[in-house]
Amino acid sequence: MLLELRDITKVYRVGVETIHALRGVSLGIDRNEFVAVMGSSGSGKSTLMNVLGCLDRPTAGEYRLTGQLVSRMGAAELARIRNEQIGFVFQSFELLPRQTALQNVELPLIYAREGIWGWRSRRRRAIEALTRVGLASRMTHRPNQLSGGQKQRVAIARAILNRPAILMADEPTGNLDSATTLDILALFRQLHAEGQTVIIVTHEDDVAAHCKRVIRLRDGQILSDLPIEKDQAGRFVDDVNERQRQRAAARQTPPARTGEAAAC
Amino acid sequence: MLNPLFYLQAIGLAIAQIWANKARSALTTLGIIVGVASVTAVIATLMGLKTKVLTEFESFGASKIFIFPNRPDNAPRNLYPWEEIRLKPHEVLAIAEGAPSVKAITPITEIGMTVESDDARLEGLSIVGIWPDWHQCERRGILFGRPFTQIDVDQARQVCVVNEAAIKELKLENDPVGEHILLGGRRFLIVGVVETIQSMMFGMSANKSEIFVPFSVAEKLQDKFFFMRCSALVKSPELSDEAKSEIRFILRRERGLGAGEPDTFAVEAIDQYISQFKALAASVTAIAGGIVGISLLVGGIGIMNIMLVSVSERTREIGLRKAVGATPAAILMQFLLEAVTLCLAGGFVGVAIGQSLAFGLTKIPNAGLEKAEVPLWAVAMSFGFCAIVGVLFGMFPAIKAARLDPIEALRHE
Repeated sequence: MLLELRDITKVYRVGVETIHALRGVSLGIDRNEFVAVMGSSGSGKSTLMNVLGCLDRPTAGEYRLTGQLVSRMGAAELARIRNEQIGFVFQSFELLPRQTALQNVELPLIYAREGIWGWRSRRRRAIEALTRVGLASRMTHRPNQLSGGQKQRVAIARAILNRPAILMADEPTGNLDSATTLDILALFRQLHAEGQTVIIVTHEDDVAAHCKRVIRLRDGQILSDLPIEKDQAGRFVDDVNERQRQRAAARQTPPARTGEAAAC
Repeated sequence: MLNPLFYLQAIGLAIAQIWANKARSALTTLGIIVGVASVTAVIATLMGLKTKVLTEFESFGASKIFIFPNRPDNAPRNLYPWEEIRLKPHEVLAIAEGAPSVKAITPITEIGMTVESDDARLEGLSIVGIWPDWHQCERRGILFGRPFTQIDVDQARQVCVVNEAAIKELKLENDPVGEHILLGGRRFLIVGVVETIQSMMFGMSANKSEIFVPFSVAEKLQDKFFFMRCSALVKSPELSDEAKSEIRFILRRERGLGAGEPDTFAVEAIDQYISQFKALAASVTAIAGGIVGISLLVGGIGIMNIMLVSVSERTREIGLRKAVGATPAAILMQFLLEAVTLCLAGGFVGVAIGQSLAFGLTKIPNAGLEKAEVPLWAVAMSFGFCAIVGVLFGMFPAIKAARLDPIEALRHE
């Protein structure tokens, strides 16, 4: 197991109110899995992502990542784990506006534990990462000179720079149009094919459909955890399958569509 | 703990931040700039004055000793009558003969008199009675003619020496040696012209007429209990303390002062005045330092304010940095470095302004500040203070940034 959650609970206190964001979540994810975490807002998927990404500590329960018990680590240790084991991709890219694409990609290296001696190899790694996401020609561009899809590619390059155990994406296509969404999802699939463990948090079934395993949450508990082919638990899945069927049908019978269009 | 690349990046980032918000940074650092500029200018002024005064003291003579009558502090007047405490010619002779560290000594006494030449009449001019050693003690040689000789003193000859101002005022010839002038109605032969005084200190002016006569002549013209003081030259400056104790010993013996009785005279070396001046300069520096401290404090509060703004503006950036692995210590260091860089930039501008102020001061005519310049230690001190202000006032915003919760920070709008 790459990571293992055992009976994780997370309780927030907002004023006098207590919110149970996670109520006993247990799951394991293996190396080179491609997982979608789904759920409506308030289902606890963001909290789960924060715990998985070591941004937050669970109130109770154990979380082991690559054998280390991270659920009881301090802030500085968690920062190191995030730096070395986890790559984040956010909905709104979170690039530093005044830095070039290359500088943005290098950001995690600034906080790495190695000394200055690896400076050249660092730069090489950053260039490599940018090349992997197909932006070798945009290295000196600043974020405002890049399209949304390119910005997200820079963010992905930054996330994979330290060869993290987990690539963690939070609604990575939420700010992108459908064509670019497909590009970015294709990139995630490619990285997965190259051996990267990927976890995508999303509420879109279209996005989840690209993954291999879907974990659905509701009210802080796991509703279902199935491989994509068997993921039928929610009505959303039926919708997805329905839509996919329709799309497949549309591709197979183009004349019918033109006919329909003509009829209209 | 943090790798060197981090520091380079943080400093680069800080400079980029300052550059991106030029107007804001300039206004923020105004307090620091004003503080540093004023301290630099004040120190430059003081240093200029000090250099000038000390050179004057030195030309005045570092190995010079003054002897004058002095009633002990808080002593009743009747216990130490003037007749007893005044310096007497035989005491000066005793010092001249008995003090081995003293190279030259002269009594000095002044009398107000009317001076007449063929073409001019000056009232109430002060006539100074001296020994031939006076030239050595005061380091003022003879321009024309000759100085007094021991014979002039021994025989109380009616001869005098004048300075250039006196020549002008009395409308004498440029080389007046051999002419006669009347001092209080008596005819005196001018035998020499003395060098004009170099220093403008102690109220002595180069433009003042001076007429010197042999001490024995002046003595005859004086009242019974006239006032006189002494100037002595020590063989070398290191012997100053020894000479002082010798003179003190001789005078106490001459006056028959018993053990436990206080001195009825004062023996002071020029270095005492130098140390007094240095103490004065130090206290002025301290006061200026205090004022600058206040302006740096005000400047520091400005820095803290702008750093708080910067932290809240860049909350998302802090969140991102934490997400990619920045420890709280790294975030703290980044914002501290930014505050320090801002302060140092202000300090740099301040030093530059102070430097040009100091340069401006040297150009003011007759202000006596030609030697005003900013010493290196003052520049170093300014930057040191700026760095300290940066750390002190950057600490609170930096701690605030370091403590931000990464999730909250990333969610911040």
